[in-house]
Amino acid sequence: MFKDIFKKTKYVTIQPAAQRSAPSDVSPQQPSLSKKDLPDSLWSKCPKCGEVLFNKDLEKNARVCTRCEYHFRISARSRLAILADENSFEEWDSELLPLDPLEFPGYEGKLLEALEKSGTTEGVLTGLAKIEGIPVVLAFNEANFMMGSMGSVVGEKIVRAIEQAINLRLPVVIFSTSGGARMQEGILSLYQMAKTSAALGKLADKHLLYISVLTDPTFGGVTASYASLGDILIAEPNALIGFTGPRVIMQTMRQELPKDAQTAEFNQEHGLIDLIVQRTQMRSVLARLLRCHQEGAQYAATV
Amino acid sequence: MLQLFDFEKPIAELEQKITELQKFSTDKEIDLSQEVAILEKKVDFLKKEIYGSLEPWQKVQIARHSERPNFYDYVPLLFEDFIELKGDRLFADDRSIAGGIALFQGTPVTVVAQVKGKGTKENIKRNFGMPHPEGYRKALRLMDQAEKFGRPILTFIDTPGAACDLAAEERGQGEAIARCLLTMAGYHVPVISTVIGEGGSGGALALGVGNVVLILENSFYSVIAPESCASILWKDTTKAKEAAEALKFTAQDLLRLGVADEIILEPLGGAHKNLRQTAEEVSQVISKHLLRLRAETPEVLRENRYQKLRGIGVYQENSKKPLGFLEKDLTK
Repeated sequence: MFKDIFKKTKYVTIQPAAQRSAPSDVSPQQPSLSKKDLPDSLWSKCPKCGEVLFNKDLEKNARVCTRCEYHFRISARSRLAILADENSFEEWDSELLPLDPLEFPGYEGKLLEALEKSGTTEGVLTGLAKIEGIPVVLAFNEANFMMGSMGSVVGEKIVRAIEQAINLRLPVVIFSTSGGARMQEGILSLYQMAKTSAALGKLADKHLLYISVLTDPTFGGVTASYASLGDILIAEPNALIGFTGPRVIMQTMRQELPKDAQTAEFNQEHGLIDLIVQRTQMRSVLARLLRCHQEGAQYAATV
Repeated sequence: MLQLFDFEKPIAELEQKITELQKFSTDKEIDLSQEVAILEKKVDFLKKEIYGSLEPWQKVQIARHSERPNFYDYVPLLFEDFIELKGDRLFADDRSIAGGIALFQGTPVTVVAQVKGKGTKENIKRNFGMPHPEGYRKALRLMDQAEKFGRPILTFIDTPGAACDLAAEERGQGEAIARCLLTMAGYHVPVISTVIGEGGSGGALALGVGNVVLILENSFYSVIAPESCASILWKDTTKAKEAAEALKFTAQDLLRLGVADEIILEPLGGAHKNLRQTAEEVSQVISKHLLRLRAETPEVLRENRYQKLRGIGVYQENSKKPLGFLEKDLTK
């Protein structure tokens, strides 16, 4: 059975990260859309306002609708490209690959599917880069890989990145996009929440800055671990952020949700996040915040 | 009468037969002691056979049994002088989490636990053991005091999961749980977490960052409820039994996966069959680990806890083959 899956694929060899082509971006309206379906599409339709947008313009605007400012979901590498100084990125731990420790029904198939869809091997991209010349440790969840869910590899890569930040005495910025803990790795996924949180505790002990950026969607075990533990919490406009997903709340509590429930704006209103920042402004806002913490880091180191 | 599961029926039937036989024997003054003895032996055998080979789903049923001892049942048997302390100082007192100070075999400890109610009325009061953010913030407040005053922390896990309503979202359920995880990981005092009933997802984990994680024999501890897992996998909540097997969440699985450190034995048929005996076991196992942990320095306690967490997870590295994660199945 697996042999057949293996045969028809064209992705048997994984290229080194640097040569890998940018994976297709997901839009929530067309979750199954792959590059194959739109080989040389010139335009995209905004799922919110219906405006037809030239992809060239859309890319220029960080895949934010030029009419209604709807933020399209984008891949980890697209985020990196928008955010980091050119050629400043050094990827870490790309050789970490998932296993199927529980022999969970259908997990290997899901991993293959995710690989094809995303062109990456796991749900997070980590490494070192510069933002306006300031070195920073970065992690981005990959929405195209099982909705950025956290299993052993995601947990381990994030922890290694944080530990490396401690070694290098650098700030950490994590962009979360995740459905939560990855069901298919069971209790091991659950404890990645504790593992990543514990590492962030160590980072905090060293007086190092952690900025958490919550993007659409961030839920479950990721909200209940690293995504909520930033010294500064930033969200993209309209991003859905919460612990329990809206459908589950409605089903189990038989509770109707207000229209704006669990949006970034709702979270800010309830005092749960600091800032809502447009994607096009993210780089400059992060740079300003990072700069404000450079002096502090030196001071704290002497305390 | 105690809630009876299908798989227990053969035992109950046989036990009833014995009772009838004994009654018949007394009424008619006929000596049937030999027959009774044979049947009693048979019951013992049946119990060992049935309870000794429980399937994951049967364990879920026992762990959720309406008579399963909750935290308050254990308190008088485990502690002298438990003083319950309430409230998170921010919003409310959440009754699905209880905590306080107690003497455990003469040692002052801080105790924090999730509590399910018994019966509908108490369950409504305790939100079926599903804590809101104020519950986790109360737990954190009490545990912070344990750190401040150098008391060991004993947590008891028994929850279907964290509260999943809008109020929980508005008050930052995610942050409340995350803060527990981060803070517990940094304590310099011994932390022992014991799963006594249901260990439901992040809501359970919030009290689960121990130096030592113990689990009762028929408890389970899972990333997701088997019903929800079945609904995602097969769009069918009635397949929870299959999901229970797939999730590998029994005490034995947890030990094998490196999450649990020791399994606490229950009486045949589950903790509710003999609370006193169960509490005795719990007390002994906790006592053993506490003794060992108290011999460590604060820094070692903290670092060992970090290293325990650090080691949880299964992945591969430096695989020479592309798509290394397929290797296993291709060689099958």
